[in-house]
Amino acid sequence: MKVIREKHSLVMRWTHWLNFPILLVMIWSGMLIYWANDVYTITIFSHRFFQFFPAWFNKMLDIPFRLAEGMALHFFFMWFFAINGLLYFLYTVISGEWRQSIPNRHSFKEAWQVLLHDLHIRKMLPPQNKYNAAQRIAYTSIIVMGFGPLVTGLAIYKPVQFYWLTWLCGGYTIARIEHFILTIGYVLFFIIHVVQVAIAGWNNFRSVVSGYEVISNDKTATVKTTDDEKPL
Amino acid sequence: MMKNPFKRNAAIKQVTRQQLNRRSFLAFTTFAGMGALVYGGWHWLNNSAQEASGITAGRNKLLRKALDQNELILRNAFSNKHLVKTYPQSMAAKNVRVNSDIGMKGNNFDAATWLLAVNKKDGTQLKVSLKDIMTLPKTEITFDFKCVEGWDQISYWGGVKFSDFITHYNLQQEAAMQYVGMATPDGEYYVGMDMESVMHPQTLLAYEVNAQLLPMQHGQPLRLIVPVKYGIKNLKRIGSISFSNKRLPDYWAEQGYDYYSGL
Repeated sequence: MKVIREKHSLVMRWTHWLNFPILLVMIWSGMLIYWANDVYTITIFSHRFFQFFPAWFNKMLDIPFRLAEGMALHFFFMWFFAINGLLYFLYTVISGEWRQSIPNRHSFKEAWQVLLHDLHIRKMLPPQNKYNAAQRIAYTSIIVMGFGPLVTGLAIYKPVQFYWLTWLCGGYTIARIEHFILTIGYVLFFIIHVVQVAIAGWNNFRSVVSGYEVISNDKTATVKTTDDEKPL
Repeated sequence: MMKNPFKRNAAIKQVTRQQLNRRSFLAFTTFAGMGALVYGGWHWLNNSAQEASGITAGRNKLLRKALDQNELILRNAFSNKHLVKTYPQSMAAKNVRVNSDIGMKGNNFDAATWLLAVNKKDGTQLKVSLKDIMTLPKTEITFDFKCVEGWDQISYWGGVKFSDFITHYNLQQEAAMQYVGMATPDGEYYVGMDMESVMHPQTLLAYEVNAQLLPMQHGQPLRLIVPVKYGIKNLKRIGSISFSNKRLPDYWAEQGYDYYSGL
């Protein structure tokens, strides 16, 4: 016998995994579009540190001269990105699960402790609920980051009809930069996310596919439940 | 605490090893199946049939359908009351960017003998000189010109509102149709557009940039400035204007771009 805990709902798992290919296509098609006017650089005190993107990078990914294709893909898959994100958002609101994934007043201190632990500086982990403090902050910011591309994207896509949105984003030129920075943010999140999942191990990864995690192999073991994980 | 309507089972339970293995197997099989489906779908999309060459061309059928469907949805947001943001003239670029000279490459164009040809509904042709056009009320606009490539530039244009031109030459019957087409005198560059965008109060038949008559590279003697569209629709050096209830030919829509290209 094994003791398991139902950890991730079906809705969370489906929207999570569907988001991966959708986002991949959105970023890829976005790069096809960006190439046509690739003016962004990291320049500090008139020294250019980096140009988005170097020629070898574009060449390697076969990006050049595909603007029309990029736009067609981007404006098709944007619907899936929006609908999938909205489904997940509605789910967290209706299920009440948002309570477990928004940061509380302890989160920022605990997130720091999680970071120290992950870097092997601190031995003890702070209290772990379904999501630890660092996860709470990361996963809430990714929801904000989900709305970000939609808002800035719409501001660039129809800057005349949704002029108020473009105004809200600080204008057309700024909205395009914000849209780009959010995408870079997604890529960085993705890298950290994959590393963290690898560190967390198999039981954790399996739970996002199958929904459960094994908490004990011993049927006599007593299980301590946390406040937000009390069995109904 | 509110009950989670999605959770019917107890959060923690005991199961046998077989039950667990069975559940894992099902979950991972579904996972792998979905992965294969997504990969196959992407492969299919990239290799699916191209649209037949017509008013639009160069895209596969599904993506073209998506572009056209987006147009139908987003045209609902269009309003003549939604104006493009305007700027003070002092903010306009002195060097207005030149991105294309398609349709203006020949050496045999003579601006002095140029006449704008308007193909009317009854089959007759109206010929209008620049001098005639310049007697109509002048409208100026300084706005952020947006290219489909992603750049934008504030520029300052002067000319006649397209809607004023329609009224002055009694072209109301033509304006009641759904689409407008314009072409350069040599026919090399041409654009087609929905009537509402062309009749938008900020759409100009422009003959000035930065308060000077249009130079060659900006479409001498008369060009279209349609701020509710990307630059690709802002045809330089208009030779003829036509009207139809069907979509009229468009240079970039034949190269895989969205026909609507509205902002």
